[in-house]
Amino acid sequence: MLGFILKRLGLALLVALAVSAIAFFLLRLSGDIAVAIAGEGAQQADLELVRKTYGLDRPVVVQYLDWLLKTLSGDFGTSIYFKTSVASLVFDKMPVTLILGLTSLGFALLISIPLGVLAAIYSNTWIDRAALAIAVFGQAMPNFFFALILVMLFSITLRWLPVSGSQTWAHYVMPTIALGYYVAPAFMRLIRAGMIEVLQADYIRTARAKGLPPYAVVITHALRNAAVPVVALTAVQLGFLLGGSVVIETIFALDGLGYLAYQSITYKDFPVMQVVVLLLSVVYVLLTLAADIANAWLDPRIRVE
Amino acid sequence: MTDATPLSIHATEATGGRKLLRKALAQKSFVLGFGLLLLFVLIALLAPVLAPHDPYLQNLTARTIPPFWYEKGNWVHPLGTDQLGRDYLSRLLYGARISLIIGFSVVAIAGVIGTTMGLLAGFFGGRIDMAMTFLVTTRLAMPVILVALAVVAIVGSSLWIVILVLGLLKWDRFAVVMRSATQQVRSLDYITAAQAAGATTTRIILREVLPNIAPQLIVVATLEAASAILLEAALSFLGLGVQPPLPSWGLMVSEAKAYMFFSFWLIALPGTALALLIFAINLAGDGLRDVISPEKRG
Repeated sequence: MLGFILKRLGLALLVALAVSAIAFFLLRLSGDIAVAIAGEGAQQADLELVRKTYGLDRPVVVQYLDWLLKTLSGDFGTSIYFKTSVASLVFDKMPVTLILGLTSLGFALLISIPLGVLAAIYSNTWIDRAALAIAVFGQAMPNFFFALILVMLFSITLRWLPVSGSQTWAHYVMPTIALGYYVAPAFMRLIRAGMIEVLQADYIRTARAKGLPPYAVVITHALRNAAVPVVALTAVQLGFLLGGSVVIETIFALDGLGYLAYQSITYKDFPVMQVVVLLLSVVYVLLTLAADIANAWLDPRIRVE
Repeated sequence: MTDATPLSIHATEATGGRKLLRKALAQKSFVLGFGLLLLFVLIALLAPVLAPHDPYLQNLTARTIPPFWYEKGNWVHPLGTDQLGRDYLSRLLYGARISLIIGFSVVAIAGVIGTTMGLLAGFFGGRIDMAMTFLVTTRLAMPVILVALAVVAIVGSSLWIVILVLGLLKWDRFAVVMRSATQQVRSLDYITAAQAAGATTTRIILREVLPNIAPQLIVVATLEAASAILLEAALSFLGLGVQPPLPSWGLMVSEAKAYMFFSFWLIALPGTALALLIFAINLAGDGLRDVISPEKRG
């Protein structure tokens, strides 16, 4: 188990390093940061001065190593647009995105587990087809369109929820639904498929034969085993959630990392962009690492690959 | 089997493909999805014939006329006009072109990259496989939408830049699926037979492996096209995708956002068109997948 964890940890570190290089070079090579700082139409002399002050006249590789070392030591640089330290900016907004990520994941599981289980128990009946219809609808719906429909319904027509902002819990309701609904179908399909397979297993027949009540068979015996692949999917779906949070947070002006990412991109705020891309990627790498380890713990066969 | 060369399985492959389609057409959901998709393709091809007006022609005296089912609607503009007085039906019809071009082109670019990687990794294994796994893991770590937004914002946005950026980002699923499909095929008898007969590796990969993993490739391509179309719509919605005045459905939702309180249909129509297209592609893709691997139905 320790060997497995160390191997995965090594891979995660390598991936994080590769992502840091991509985040840096991609953004650095596709635009002139000096122009972004000095503003469009700046004089050549001003640009030279900016390049000198920010160290942009050095070779790109040197700049990358310098940035990487500083980033690793916690110095994320200064935002061009917000004029504050990127570190304080990012860590201020991090909790909002983490809360949104967890609530939407919770919402997704809350609708997908019961629906997936019901669809499996009553497979090929109208219940199964209704659950499938909900999943198909969720997968076809563009998330920004779904978000606007929610605004129309809950804010404009019913006047229950605020349109945008992040001050109270009520501000999180619509973003949670919009983001959670977007990842729920994948969970539902996986739980349904897993349950159908597990329900045919011998130990389920044994449990039934022992006279266990049906709900006990389903919950304690079947669902536990069908849940193993769900753990792996959770990590992947969290990646989708992080990406989706850029769109959803922007629509609802929810002041998290996703909205910050969008703002930094529209204002061409390179230092913020680099750190946000790196940070979201590192969060994803850590999550998949955790999922891999959890999976190996749940299913010993994975440890030996 | 009229094909004489012992190395070739193309004759069986052709009937395999036809059989696949026949099996798929026996499913109601596939027929519905595939039929709808064909309808969208026809709309895109025939947009100039079907559109009652020029989709770019502005008429500031005829702004936000509602569709015909509203009291104030009329039949000159059956689905009304937008905030600049452009005929909405015409814009919606032309919008199908943009979504379908995005779907096809992104899948073409990403498919070539991902399939090449998957074939090589699956066939040779070892270090090549490790390198591919590393590349896929790295790619998956970076949210597509975030990287695409950043690059498009810096490079500048146009339809072709969006296609290129998404194409260069979305090869991951192709690589993963093609890798495992190749691994399954590699150890089969006819590959060994081809090797024994002295066929070159390139020939084996292109003529023996590729045709046999083609069904899986088609399924991935279908589902990835849907995802690419949704991504373009999201990028355009955020203002960093296809640029005005092009009638991208995502952009149309974005432009009409400010008017949605009084004219909800302005966002409902392009949003629904988008959802219907994705629904059609997913249904067709799921139907094909069920035929190829019935045990994975879910």
